[in-house]
Amino acid sequence: MADLQLPSYLVQSETVKARFDELKRRDVILEVSELGKTFESANGPVTALEGVNFRVHRREFVTVIGPSGCGKSTLIRVLAGLEAATTGEVLLAGHPVDTPGPDRGMVFQGYTLFPWLTVKKNVMFGLRNQGLGDADASRDALQWIQLVGLEKFADVYPDELSGGMKQRVAIARALAAKPRILLMDEPFGALDAQTRSKMQSYLLEIWRHIDTTVLFITHDLDEAIYLADRILVLDANPGRVNEVIEVPVPRPRSPAQFLQPEFLSARQRLDELIHPPSATEEAAGLDLSRFVGSGEKTDAQD
Amino acid sequence: MSSSAWLAPRIALSPKRERALTGLSFFLPLLLWAAVSYAPFIWHPNIEITEPGSVSYFQEGMQVERAAFNEELERQRAAGGSLPDGVRANPVYLPAPHEVAVAFYTSFTTEPQRRSEQWLHQSLWHSIQIIFWGFMLSSVVGVPMGILCGTFAAVSRIQEPFVEFFRYLPAPAFGALAVAILGIYDGPKIAIIFIGTFFQQVLVVANTTRQLDISLLEAALTLGANRRQLLFKVVIPGILPQLYRDQRILLGWAWTYLIVAELIGTSSGITWFITQQARYQNFDNVFAAIIMIGIIGLLSDVVLAKLGKTLFPWERASHKA
Repeated sequence: MADLQLPSYLVQSETVKARFDELKRRDVILEVSELGKTFESANGPVTALEGVNFRVHRREFVTVIGPSGCGKSTLIRVLAGLEAATTGEVLLAGHPVDTPGPDRGMVFQGYTLFPWLTVKKNVMFGLRNQGLGDADASRDALQWIQLVGLEKFADVYPDELSGGMKQRVAIARALAAKPRILLMDEPFGALDAQTRSKMQSYLLEIWRHIDTTVLFITHDLDEAIYLADRILVLDANPGRVNEVIEVPVPRPRSPAQFLQPEFLSARQRLDELIHPPSATEEAAGLDLSRFVGSGEKTDAQD
Repeated sequence: MSSSAWLAPRIALSPKRERALTGLSFFLPLLLWAAVSYAPFIWHPNIEITEPGSVSYFQEGMQVERAAFNEELERQRAAGGSLPDGVRANPVYLPAPHEVAVAFYTSFTTEPQRRSEQWLHQSLWHSIQIIFWGFMLSSVVGVPMGILCGTFAAVSRIQEPFVEFFRYLPAPAFGALAVAILGIYDGPKIAIIFIGTFFQQVLVVANTTRQLDISLLEAALTLGANRRQLLFKVVIPGILPQLYRDQRILLGWAWTYLIVAELIGTSSGITWFITQQARYQNFDNVFAAIIMIGIIGLLSDVVLAKLGKTLFPWERASHKA
């Protein structure tokens, strides 16, 4: 990729620039300030997150990426209220949050659908908790099921669905509770490549149609770029925000954009951040001669 | 050998083979029993006297060991007395299958010997009631307690250490105490079943509750569920199929305490019938009664298993997938 003449990832076309200007004028939905999380372990305290600061605007799509162990899952669990922060504050639409609530919908990597409820009943779960009557909840749920294209499966139990379908139900279930923000913790991580790319397009399509803000954790660089307005790149040990990348790829997105210069420039920058040169050197420094001794000869003969 | 071996590790059998083996698992013990009963050369250690001859203490129908019989036979032969005769027989405590089969029927049709005594079906019904009440009372308290222990660490800490201790105390040890407190009739029997089941039940149900995937609880929390909703809309429905399986196993344990329980205070139920018949040496009736307990246990479990399949349709879905 190095010999390719790519524009800088910082260069934005007029339309992209206009979109970001407009985005930044919107209300701040999520504000995270000086967030830190320390776990007690047998070997003393472990700092998973330290001094994390960022803001997410209304209807923005933010992806979070970082090397393994950078605390991205911890971050989203703290935002969801499933873990308590050690320091700092999370403000949702201006109000501090520290316990789980339906204002922050969550989609987990494991499907976490209730196996004893049908698809429709699963989607109704949050609605019923909010005190909605059975008939209203049922009608609402069907609309969300329709949105994710599973109306034929409304009365089927989750175990009869494929992984992709399960995750669509999980998305419908989270959205049905009308959260201010949708938190997604590597939701497509367990899916095969083909299903995953289909699900990414699905998600963008759904997001385009409804007024929702998304914070999406992933370890897949292409996924991070393809979905996001902005990418939060985390550092490991301790986890903190290294850089926020404004993705210069125009919307609406399509898989065809994967090979366009804007996409590749963002991709190159992510590569630098996630796989710094030092890591490559480390790998190059491994002494593999013992294992490749015989292989070298045949290579030479070719 | 066909494409699917009989002994492929953890591979399910074809339905045909499954049926065949299920049949065999009952047929083989029966075959063994029949062989020992009907083929005299396998065991038959005794001689049943058909003709006492000149032996003073022999009587028609009595059983003596073969060695003793042969000794007497030789003695009479030497003394010139009339020779005793007999056929090889198994001891009275091992009746033949057909005798037990007949007893199966006649034990129901035989009138009680005394007016105060009960017909067999009444004894059986009495036993079933003891089991039912013992298990019911245990479940009414034990299941909720187990669920709370499995859900809330604080409840678990304050209950489980004591329960762990108590479950090692053998239930029959409380027999005398139960009689002193609850009298000699059904009270102490139900109490023994209760003690035998309850403490295991709390621990088993607590463990089952802990097995529930915690991410289901987290998902429910992010969907706005409060503590009550977590318990009643996630934990309980989530563990229900496994809880049901636990209860089936625990019901089996309750049956194992039945015999001891029924010996406490005034002997009653099927145990009374068994001890009474053993006293009269009607071992065919004893076997019939023991087999009846097995059949009742097995049948009730099969019915409960079938019922479980209709109660938890989502379990069926996962097996199909």
